[in-house]
Formats: sequence, structure tokens, C-alpha cells
Amino acid sequence: MQRPKRKNPVLRTRLPTLPPAARSRVALGLTAAAALGRFELQQCRDCGTVQYPPREACQKCLSVRLDWKPQPTGGELIAQTVLHHSNDLFFRERLPWRLGLVKLDCGPTVVAHLHAGALEKVRVRAMLDRAGQAVIVALPQKENGDMADDRQLREFTCDPRNRKILITDGKTAVGQALVQGFAKSAAEIIWVGYAEPWKKFAGFDELEKIPQVTLMPLDVTDSKNVKELAAEIAGKVDIVVNNAEHHRTFGISSRQGVETARAEMDVNYLGLLRLAQEFGPAMRARGADGAASAVAWVNLLSVYALANFPPHGTFSASKAAAHSLAQCLRAEMRPAGVRVVNVFPGPIDDEWNQLLPPPKIAPAALAKSIVAALCEGIEDVYPGDVAQEWLERWRDNPKALEREISA
Amino acid sequence: MLAAPVTVPYVRYSIRAAHWWLARTFSALLEAARLRKDEIDGLTVSSFTLAPDTAIGLTQHLGVSPRWLDHIPLGGASGVVALRRAARAVQAGDADIVACIGGDTNHVDSFRLTLANFSQFARDAVYPYGAGGPNASFAFLTAHYMQRHGATREDFGKLCVAQRANALKYPHALFKKPLSMEDYLAARPIAEPLHLFDCVMPCAGAEGFLVLAEDRARSLGLPFVRLQGTIERHNAFASDPVQMRAGWALDRDDLYAQAGCKPGDIDFVQTYDDYPVISLMQLEDLGFCEKGEGPAFVRKHSFTHDGSFPLNTSGGQLSVGQAGAGGGFLGMVEAIRQLSGHAGARAVKDAKLGLVSGFGMINYDRGLGSGAAILAASQA
Amino acid sequence: MNVLSQLVEAFSSGKIRVVDLTQTLAPEFPSISLPPEMGQAWPFRIEEVSRYDERGPAWYWNNFSCGEHTGTHFDAPIHWISGKDLPHNATDSIPPDRFIGPGCVIDCTKEAAANPDFLLTKPFLLEWEKKHGRIPPRAWVLMRTDWSKREDPVAYQNYDDEGQHTPGPDVDAVKFLVAERDVLGFGTESIGTDAGQAYHLRPPYPCHYYMHGAGRYGLQCLTNLDQLPPTGAVVIAAPLKIRNGSGSPLRVLALIHD
Repeated sequence: MQRPKRKNPVLRTRLPTLPPAARSRVALGLTAAAALGRFELQQCRDCGTVQYPPREACQKCLSVRLDWKPQPTGGELIAQTVLHHSNDLFFRERLPWRLGLVKLDCGPTVVAHLHAGALEKVRVRAMLDRAGQAVIVALPQKENGDMADDRQLREFTCDPRNRKILITDGKTAVGQALVQGFAKSAAEIIWVGYAEPWKKFAGFDELEKIPQVTLMPLDVTDSKNVKELAAEIAGKVDIVVNNAEHHRTFGISSRQGVETARAEMDVNYLGLLRLAQEFGPAMRARGADGAASAVAWVNLLSVYALANFPPHGTFSASKAAAHSLAQCLRAEMRPAGVRVVNVFPGPIDDEWNQLLPPPKIAPAALAKSIVAALCEGIEDVYPGDVAQEWLERWRDNPKALEREISA
Repeated sequence: MLAAPVTVPYVRYSIRAAHWWLARTFSALLEAARLRKDEIDGLTVSSFTLAPDTAIGLTQHLGVSPRWLDHIPLGGASGVVALRRAARAVQAGDADIVACIGGDTNHVDSFRLTLANFSQFARDAVYPYGAGGPNASFAFLTAHYMQRHGATREDFGKLCVAQRANALKYPHALFKKPLSMEDYLAARPIAEPLHLFDCVMPCAGAEGFLVLAEDRARSLGLPFVRLQGTIERHNAFASDPVQMRAGWALDRDDLYAQAGCKPGDIDFVQTYDDYPVISLMQLEDLGFCEKGEGPAFVRKHSFTHDGSFPLNTSGGQLSVGQAGAGGGFLGMVEAIRQLSGHAGARAVKDAKLGLVSGFGMINYDRGLGSGAAILAASQA
Repeated sequence: MNVLSQLVEAFSSGKIRVVDLTQTLAPEFPSISLPPEMGQAWPFRIEEVSRYDERGPAWYWNNFSCGEHTGTHFDAPIHWISGKDLPHNATDSIPPDRFIGPGCVIDCTKEAAANPDFLLTKPFLLEWEKKHGRIPPRAWVLMRTDWSKREDPVAYQNYDDEGQHTPGPDVDAVKFLVAERDVLGFGTESIGTDAGQAYHLRPPYPCHYYMHGAGRYGLQCLTNLDQLPPTGAVVIAAPLKIRNGSGSPLRVLALIHD
């Protein structure tokens, strides 16, 4: 993909529009799966028939026990069309638009957005569209090099390629792995924040050597600093990755006073709030700004946001607060089509988890999952096996997880 | 028996509500049959834009008090289905005279709003894909049909061109200019392989007819036509991965048995024609040619009212306009006119038997409802 | 004789020439344009009040309106977010002695003619200093490009569909002038002290960002820089005293010793 042409500053920036967002409640099951990057359809618990479109009763045996289950993604493209007309504003601005009718190997026939390279045999994915709702996308059966550059596919992904990224903390191992990851995925500019600029940190020189990187003093606890940085670059940032975090390892009784808890809240919760207030409005205005528009906001949370880990109790609470605020941010960014991606890692292999036994996720693996989630259009990221297992346990029985985790 | 075919002249856009169009239809029926309001004791209504009202709300609106009432939200199948139900009601003595009316208004924004709220499946699984209503669904059917049966754009074009020729002799048709094959082929694409003249144009309008017993029609001095046979089927062949046929294929033997005739006896056909591919499918499924032989059949016939296989003799929806649910009545009303000697310059010579078919409701990827009726001239 | 009376004497004897570096304020003069969704500066507009007529029999006068950044104009530090909290950062609070300083004229005529996106670099400045001496503290550094000779507004603005293409300084040049040469400000002949494509520099608009962030000033839409020597001129650039003003149109004069 060529570098997109620079935007013409004399022309108005197009305002974002969204594809139709209305869904019945039952259809949101597809959205729930797509948010995790999974392809699930309703399957009858009694007769096994796979159903689509989503419905309330099995079309074969009338059972109402329909479960969302992962399905094989293969299918046959039985007809295709190219739309040259649409009654919907979002699509009118993006015509021509390819659609396919795909007979899935698991049974149903689905209408799907069709990748330009898709031939007779296709594989489908459920992906979130700009409205944050799931749609089915038919892709070439085999991955190929420039597949991600498909004009239509980029409407569903948040591919960092040719985009401008802000990583809020370059001092940590995770931050530095993220910088490397985004540099490798051909981001155009990577602004890297670092607090306390008078202290040179390990890895600073390596970061400076990366051509796309500009290091910027940024302390998310300093409202003035956040505001001024936003004034300078917010109009250009396409993807914010907020990895700034304060992590101490205390519960309630193992630490007197609130100083530590307050510091955690100040970075993990209020830091997100400050960033969102200053960078959010500019990004919302640029949700449809050409081929490299504002697309995503990534929050580094923790599985402890779902259930408190008492040895890191106040940290868990601050991540839970941030998770709740991220849901608010998600709702506020949605009208602009900017996706809020929440990342829920298990313990990261860093200094503040030194005493936790493995398995722990390596910073590089975490960064890789985040970049991959953006490329694949995933909204809730549970990176690595540990987080995936936590997710399953939590979905299965949140109360059981609370007991297990505090045991 | 069917009598008193009426049409409220179509317009592209109307600022009136559906109620206005249906009221005009109802009063046109009274005028045509020289009846008082209270002499019509049965009413069936089909309309998308009547919402949030249904037929019962319309009774208060029109100040009528029928003893038999139906609301048939079946889009393009509603004309045939209305006839079936009304005929049974008259036969059973539940009503003496049933007014069957169907039509819609069309504000500048009605079509978009109708599409956005058409069905749960469409809202969940079609509308988010940018498909402007049924265009994409019919694009899939057409692409698949072309690929499978070797149909060309010219085959579909031939139907459109012939229907336009018929429409030039139908005063209510909104399209008044001749259409050539060159015009057809050069039209802009809408949803490939569909181009502009493959797609109906939404408009405002309404159609109606009366269903009553033969002696009643005679005592009123109304020209009438006979119902010889009729079928209806919904969600047929659900396991076909893409629509290649509809209910007609399942029930056509029954239809011809009821009517005591064969496809070869039919003098003209009025198909439901929001896109030409579906006309071809009806001709196949109703036994005028074998499945897949549609293209060869098209190449063999002329389809004009004075030609070798008169089809959609008023121009069909493609040349008259699609007045919402009124589109499901267009062929029925035209068939009554043809068989009762009211077709004027576009009359099919010596027409004794006509077939009307209906098709409707693209709920998700295909049309669900289908039906057909065979009508005969009263002297037959 | 003190220095001021010597100055007066030099004026009257014609030893000092005054060069007007100012463009004429007129409705036709190109004004800055921002993306349409942003607030816009008013262009210069003028309406007659009376002209020895029934509206005022013995007098002629006009009303005019314009933005603070119209025609040949001055940028105060408060103009940019980086200078928003500095002391003495607005047109009314800048100490008046800052309005007069020595002028250093950097001739980039050839380079700008060859490349409208020419960026003045630190090595270019060092090269200039080799020939003309070190830039003194508190000097106005004026980038001569002969851009003011582009009389056609289309050529002057020089837009294409990626925006404006006009010369300006690069990031390091600005940092060098502020930190190592302690300049009073930076002046250009085009619209903007920054290059037309400076939005794409890091940071965007470095001359605004660093000059104003350090409490320095800007002059733009200058003309007649070709009449100034590389060094030796005295530049007088006093903006209107607008309360909390971010800048103002002004008359910029240069005194040169003939």
C-alpha cells in the first residue's frame, strides 16, 4: 500500500458516518463473539442445526435452546455483487462495495462483505464494523501478503500501517515492545511519551534510533502536560495506546494509608480520564479523515479488572475503575467509528510481578497481541493462554473465579 | 368472480399518507360498481406505509363497517393471497362483496425507512451490509442464475424492452418513453449485474378490485372474470443455498388441475417483476419451460401484448412503477382488464385464460411468499 | 552629541535610509486560510464612512476590519499554546524595547526558487555566519526568499491538493536560533513564519512552537528584504497595543546606513 497522500488542508475534514447499527438483541451474540475475534453462530443444543440469521427458535426442531458456538469458517462463494448504489450514508461514501453470498460449510447461507481477493472458496470472519456491531466478512481462503490493504477490509480493522500512533509510556518493557511492534507494522509516526524527562531510562537510545519515533515528555498525572501535548499532536494521532500504569503490590491491610492507592488511581484511572478528555475530541473529529483516519484507542487493563486479585488489591481496583471508564469512552467514541480496544493481560513478566510464579506473559508477546488485535479488528483482547483461561473461567462462573483468585 | 379493476394513478412521490391512496381506491371501486359504501361488507388491505395502522384502523378512517376484514402484509404476493381469502369468504357466505385494495404512498424518504425496518433478519443480516433494499439480494439471484443457466444481460433486457413497449399503451405507466436494448445495456450499474432498468422504481399508487359471486356481479351489471384456480406457498425450498425456485414449482400441478388446463392453454401471463430474473424463474416454475431453459425461452418469444407470449401487458412494475404493496395487485388488475375487455390498445387478442403470479417479502436472502391464480373471461 | 541627536542628524543628512518592509493592507492581499471546520481570521475589509459628501462634507475616512493576523503582521508568544503561560506574552504586555533590534537577512532566494518547500537548516545558518558573522543576541532573523515578488495571489499562496508550498525554517534551525543565538524573532516573506508543509514536521509548526514557547516573536508577509544588507539594518516592528492580543498588523521599518 502506498503512503496515502497528505490531506488537503483547505478542504473540510469529512465527518464520520456509521453503517447501520440497529440489531435485535439476539443478533448481538455475533457482536459478542466478534469482539473477541471469534466466529460463532447459534447452534441448536437439541438437534445441532447451525442457524443464521440469529433467531429465537431452531428452524429445524423449534427448540429455543440455541447456543452461540464457534463454527468452522470455510464456505463457498455462490454469488457476488458490486454495489454502485446504497441508501445508507456510510456506504454511499464508500461505493463501489463488494458483497458475496456465501454457503457456509456449517450450513447456512450468509450475506457477507467480500474481500477483493476472495475467489470460489472463502473463509469468513465475524468482525466489528465502524458502528461497533458485528458483520460477516468473506476473505480469501489463503492469507496473502497485502491482504490487509483491501480497501473494504481496512474499514473493519484498525491496521497501524501508515497510521500515527501515540504510546503513552515508553519507559516500561511493555511500552518499548509496543514501539518495536508498531515500528515493524509500518506505522508512519510513533510518538512515545515518557514521564520525568530528567531521568534517562534504559532503552531510551534504542527507541531514539527507530526512524518513526519521536520521544515526547508525557506524564499522565499532569493535566497541563497532557493538555499541551494534545494541543500539539492530538489532531494527528490515529491510534492511542495508553499503557501508562502504576503497579504496586498491596492489598488493604498490607499497606497503611492511601498514598499508594491514590498514585495507582492517578495513573491508571485519572490518567485515562485526562488523556480521553484531551485527545478524545480531536480523534472523534477525525473518524473519517481519509485512508489513515483516527481509528482506535487501546487501554492496557488487566484481568484483575474483572475480579480482584487481593495481593495486588488496590492495583486491581484501579484497573476495574479504568475498565469502567473505558466502557464510557467506548460509548463516546463510537459515533466517530473510533474503536476502544481493552486489553486484559494476566500477570506480565515485569518487575512488579517478580514474585508471581509463571506462567506470565512476556512484554513482547503482549505487544504482539495488541498489534494483532488492531489488525484483526478485535475489541476485547485476552492475550496469551493465561488470559484466555481466565476469560473462560470468568464467562463460565464469575463467582467461582472470585473464590479461586482469592484462595 | 372478480370485477371492477381500479387503479389510482401513480406518481413518483406523494405528500399524502397511505390512507389517502387507499381511500381513493375504495371510492373508485364504489364508483366503478355503482355501490354504496355499506353495500361492501368485506375488506382486505395490503400496505407497508399504512403503519402504524392496519386494516382495522382504516375502517374507522373510511367510516365503513365490514363484517369480514383482513390485512395481508405479503408485499408482492398480497394480490393473489387477497383474492384467495376473499374468494373463500364469499364462497362461505362470510361476505357478499369484498373490496381488495393494496397500495402505498411514497414520500421522498419512505423507501429508505421501509427498508431499514423491513424485517428482523434484514435489519440484522442484510441492512448492515449497505445493500439498498432488495437490490443486493436480487443481484445475487441474478448473478447466480446467469452463471448457472447461461442467461445474458440481453435476455433480461429483452423482457424489460418488451414490457416498456406494452407500457406505452397503458395510460397509468410512469415510464412513457420507449426503451431500446441499447438504452438498457448502457444504463448505469446499481448492484452488479443489475443495472438501472433491471430495478423497479418505487412510487405512490394503489390498485383494487372486487370479489363477489357471479349472480351478484350479473345483478349489478358488472363485467367480471372467473377464478379458475389458485395456489399459495411460503418459505418453500428453504434448504436451497440460494433461491433458484419458489413455491410455484411445488404447487403448479395443483394449480393447473384446479383450472382444468395446461400451461399451453394460457393466453397471457402477469408475473411479479420487480427484477427480470424473477419473471424468468416464474415462467420456469409455472411450467412454461423447464428449469434452466428460461434464457432459451426468452430468445424464442416476443412478450409484447400482440406478440408470441404476452407478458406483463400493462408494462409490469418495471415500466409502470412499484407502488409498494400495490405492486402485488398490478398484475391482477391488468388480468381482469384483459379478460373483461378493458385493455384498450394493449388487448391480447381473444384472451380467454390468463395467469397471474405473485412473489414477495425478501425477508433475508430470498423472497418467501409465492402464489398464482388462473383467471378466465366470463364467456369462457 | 548623544546617540539620539546623532541619529536625528543622520536622518536629516540622508545617511540613514528607511526601508518599508510592509505590504499594503488591501482586500486583495492573500489571507491565511485554515481547514474549513476551524475558526477563520477575517480578511482585510474596508468601507467608506464619508468622502466630502453628505455623510461628512469636509472629511474622508473609512472603517476597516481584519483579523489580528492579516497582511504584514506580528505574532506574539500567546499566539501559540507553547507560549500561553509566559509573562509579557501579548501585544499589550511585551516590553516596548523588544520592538527594535538588529536585522540579519538570510538570503534563501535561490533555494526557494528551486524548491518552494525549501527548509532553512542549521548548517545553512552556520554557513551564513561564516560569511557575515555570528548572529547577535536579540536580533530579528529575516528569511529572504523574494516570495513577496510573487504578485499573483495564486503563486503567492502556492496551494495544491496537499496544501500550501512555501519555504520556512526546519526544527533544528528554529531550536538553534532560540537556544544558541537568543534571537528576538523570525520573519518571512510568505504567509506564516513556518513553511507551508510545516504541519508535517515534528513537532508541527516548529517556528511557532519553539519561538513562541521561548517568548520570541514572528513577522510574516514582509517585503523589500532585497533592499536590506545581510547585517547592519535596524528593524522596528511595533504591533498595535491590543489588550491580550495575539498579534497585529503593523508597519515594519528597517533603518539602513547608506
